[in-house]
Amino acid sequence: MASLVGSRVERKEDKRFLTGKGRYTSDINIANQTYAIFIRSPHARAKIKKVDTSKALKSSGVVDILTGEHIAQDKIGGLIAGWAIRSEDGSEMKCPANPPLAKDSVNFVGDPVAVVFAETLDEAKAAAELVKVDYKVLKAVSNLVEAMDSEAIHDGIDKNLCYDWLLGDRQKVKEAFEKADRIIKLDITNNRLIPNAMEPRACVIDYNTASEEITCYTTSQNPHLSRLIMSAFGGVAPENKLRVVAPDVGGGFGSKINLYNEEIVCSWASKKIERPIKWVAERTESFLTDTHGRDHITHAELAVTNDGKFLGFKNETIANLGAYARVFGTVTPTYLFGPCATGVYIMPAAYSNVKAVYTNTAPVDAYRGAGRPEATYTIERIVDKAAMELGMDPIEIRMKNFPTEFPFKQTLVHQIDSGDYVAGLNKAKEMADYDGFAARKKESESKGKLRGIGVTSYFEACGIAPSPVVMMLGCGVGLWESAEVRFNPTGQVTVYTGSHSHGQSHQTTFAQIAADELGVPIENIDVVHGDTDKGTFGMGTYGSRSLTVGGIAIVNACKKIVNKGKRIAAKMLEASPDEVDFKNGEFVVAKSNKKKTIGEVAFASYLPGVRDEVKSPLPEGDEPGLIESSFFDPANFSFPAGSHICEVEIDPETGHVKLDKYTAVDDFGTIVNPLIVEGQVHGGLAQGIGQALYENAQYDDSGQLITASYMDYTMPRADDLPDFNLGFTCTKATTNPLGVKGCGEAGTIAATPTVMNAVINALDGKEISLPATAEKVWKACKEMKKSNAKAA
Amino acid sequence: MKTFNYHSAKDVKEASKLASSNSAFLAGGMTTIPSMKLGLASYKDIIDIKRIKKLSGIKVSGKTVTIGATTKHSEVASSKDIKKAIPSLTALAEGIGDPQVRNRGTIGGSIANNDPAADYPAACIALDATIHTNNRSIDAEKFFRGMFETCLKSTEIIESIEFSIPQKSSYQKLPNPASRYAIVGVYVAQHKTGINVGVTGAKSSVYNEKDLVAALTKNFSSSAIDNVKISSSGMNSDIHASAEYRANMVKAFAKKAVDAC
Ligand SMILES: Cc1cc2nc3c(=O)[nH]c(=O)nc-3n(C[C@H](O)[C@H](O)[C@H](O)COP(=O)(O)OP(=O)(O)OC[C@H]3O[C@@H](n4cnc5c(N)ncnc54)[C@H](O)[C@@H]3O)c2cc1C
Repeated sequence: MASLVGSRVERKEDKRFLTGKGRYTSDINIANQTYAIFIRSPHARAKIKKVDTSKALKSSGVVDILTGEHIAQDKIGGLIAGWAIRSEDGSEMKCPANPPLAKDSVNFVGDPVAVVFAETLDEAKAAAELVKVDYKVLKAVSNLVEAMDSEAIHDGIDKNLCYDWLLGDRQKVKEAFEKADRIIKLDITNNRLIPNAMEPRACVIDYNTASEEITCYTTSQNPHLSRLIMSAFGGVAPENKLRVVAPDVGGGFGSKINLYNEEIVCSWASKKIERPIKWVAERTESFLTDTHGRDHITHAELAVTNDGKFLGFKNETIANLGAYARVFGTVTPTYLFGPCATGVYIMPAAYSNVKAVYTNTAPVDAYRGAGRPEATYTIERIVDKAAMELGMDPIEIRMKNFPTEFPFKQTLVHQIDSGDYVAGLNKAKEMADYDGFAARKKESESKGKLRGIGVTSYFEACGIAPSPVVMMLGCGVGLWESAEVRFNPTGQVTVYTGSHSHGQSHQTTFAQIAADELGVPIENIDVVHGDTDKGTFGMGTYGSRSLTVGGIAIVNACKKIVNKGKRIAAKMLEASPDEVDFKNGEFVVAKSNKKKTIGEVAFASYLPGVRDEVKSPLPEGDEPGLIESSFFDPANFSFPAGSHICEVEIDPETGHVKLDKYTAVDDFGTIVNPLIVEGQVHGGLAQGIGQALYENAQYDDSGQLITASYMDYTMPRADDLPDFNLGFTCTKATTNPLGVKGCGEAGTIAATPTVMNAVINALDGKEISLPATAEKVWKACKEMKKSNAKAA
Repeated sequence: MKTFNYHSAKDVKEASKLASSNSAFLAGGMTTIPSMKLGLASYKDIIDIKRIKKLSGIKVSGKTVTIGATTKHSEVASSKDIKKAIPSLTALAEGIGDPQVRNRGTIGGSIANNDPAADYPAACIALDATIHTNNRSIDAEKFFRGMFETCLKSTEIIESIEFSIPQKSSYQKLPNPASRYAIVGVYVAQHKTGINVGVTGAKSSVYNEKDLVAALTKNFSSSAIDNVKISSSGMNSDIHASAEYRANMVKAFAKKAVDAC
């Protein structure tokens, strides 16, 4: 049987998704269900004086209305930050309470205050309009720059500062800067993004009055984690009385890592009102209350020699947490950001200092790439600026500072096990026809257009591990992953994984690796995920961890199956286990033609006997059945890397930026399914390009989100994008048996600086801020024309 | 969405009779339905006019192109007859929103709604359109009154829009990157009788840019536009484009339109 790892197996998911047969949370209906509508704060910051539900309670069809008071009475806990970050001075971070329904104060537009349950959705909406909330409106802190000088939003959190964190050595950086020929300085704003998963958040709760069990169907990237938080911190129900199911989920991009107010409230309320509850977010609610991404202000400095060697790097960042600290909110701008700040380069000295502050805006958390796009943007922009100031070619300056020996101890934290950055950039250069750029630029100029080329080399650290290190750094949980592999007596295999697929095609990729390990046809392998009642436990899917952590747990469980199978086969074939080889689904006794298929072994393991004889195929000490599980905790992160090159053409009359060519060369180690990986890269690139050219979440001074619909928030569309030119190099990861590295976020990480470097290259180095909208580019073109005229 | 009475009218007379100051006609529903869902509008009666056959269809004569009010944008975009007579009009229809919107939205709905950023109003101005309703015929310049405002009475129904076929014309649009409505759209048309420059997106309502008309009447070339000053006062300003940018884009897109004529 040919190996499936490496082949373009068509996605098992496609049939269901492309024919509209996916089963999402909002497709689930439970007899007798009520409909929930949340009453949300229209103010960014206010004290709640009174919530009057009397009139609404009398409205037609209303079953109940619950408020923050009820939450407090029932001692239902709130939402939490998953990572405890310590400041440079040793003090612990400061986090406000975040009750599922606000009782005393609201802190962003959309913060939920009360909830109506009614027989129909229309009745719930009508009643919601009758709930009177009396607010004392306070001045909102909506501006990140001014947040630290503004009034404290939360009692006891001075300067709205959660922490002031440092990674690296200030003294060493100071010394390095003293030796520099030149200091390159850069100020950037990493624009706030709204994740915009295609499927809005939703939950359907079914409380079983007989078993006293709550089932929560929800749009989650990690149902087990949601159950853990809801039980341990929310106090909604003990874990054994709480089942969380995340069925098909239409995209998450990090925004569905968090457990949200609505799931806690509806789970708790379903038991209280003894009725099932359905809640589905409207798109406006998604804009207002899904966790947002990015939103940094950074000052960076790079110390260089005149011949382009990097000596040191400083990164001073203010990160917006929004109104509350959520699950990955505090770690995204620290351990996911700080270490990657020095990029793919040998950097003798560096530090990252991050001040995370609260504002009266939606909570900010992980968004595809989480911290690494922000870090990569900073370093890749400043490296380009250095090249420009030194009059060097952007490829030359990068090559000059690449490490060439692996493992490579990166300045701030990471021990990068494998990579070949030179090969990646050379391949990208060739595929992009970098040398032909000058001719293409001339041609554009002849049409009155500007043309720019942008280069980015990135590495990223994904599949966060190992658990003891992660927990030492402040994570509240271990980041291993579990799997269980079950052979059925009749030979099919069910793989249970703690990872969760919301677009990643685990059903296909995981089946491929199990098929290779077990020698079973892929059609006979099912992958089950997303249900706390099915499978052991799981930490879920985010941070490009599914394959490198979850996939390896499957490999290891399969290996245990094979080992047990060997013992059984040996007994059946009257040989010793050492003499038995396993290949292509068959256990073969060496130098003989005696063999048993794995299906026969599985059958024997469940039916361990024969007629008329007392005879078991099971060796002494082995139990019946062929089921094994594994918890995998990798020795380190995985470190994908690559180089991307793009070209833009700008119309100086209008400022329109046309993305003309995009080449991406990535090293993801072993590629299990190129079709799926290419899809992941395409989607990632679209999101990174979105940040560079289109997307920008904006709040006004009073804290109102002014980009709360698709009429104002610009999503990238297919016709904005060129055909992507993809290439791969391969250095295998040494920290897992497949040699795989994560691929889900790479495109997003690399694309934003690649596009901006091209735009700024076209503008002769004139800095413009993210995103490069037509008006900004037009203004820059005008200024460029003016200064060119002056020079001439 | 508030509850409402749904009627499907069999002819224009019935539709008009059902209408009141608290009703809306349902053509493509691309504006009406989202506004109702978002709670921005509510009506007692929704009068569906899509089943009225007479309101839909395309007629091209020697001098004019007449499009029925409930004709969809996609039908205009794919009409070979219109493409032959006024290619800029099919191009305009093809540039509206996205495929879903083009497959539902109608020309009558677009014009009745008079969104300051809609495309068709610019065509009406540039192509000397006559708007035929169930009781009168109105010149485009008189039809559009202001932001989301026309001279239509609440019981009045647009039946068709009649465009004059110009000698040459072009519509050039800077789309809002989010919605694809026009940030600025400029429709330049040269008729035997004169030149029109219909501008949409820039101000609270569509208008004929007289300074550009004057410059182009003297010299129909993009260089003639260079010296025209377009003031930013009265121009729209929002997160996508400032008034100053819009003023400049009126010029830039007028030049593009003239070059493409
Ligand atoms: C996402 C999106 C993007 C869009 N992008 C663009 C764009 O790029 N350019 C653009 O120009 N437009 C755009 N539109 C608008 C769209 O093309 C429609 O033309 C517009 O929404 C109204 O047309 P409709 O047929 O859907 O009207 P409806 O929503 O059905 O009706 C709108 C109004 O017109 C009235 N009305 C309808 N027909 C008549 C009639 N025959 N007589 C009298 N009154 C009538 C109704 O009473 C109602 O008040 C967009 C819309 C959406 C939702």
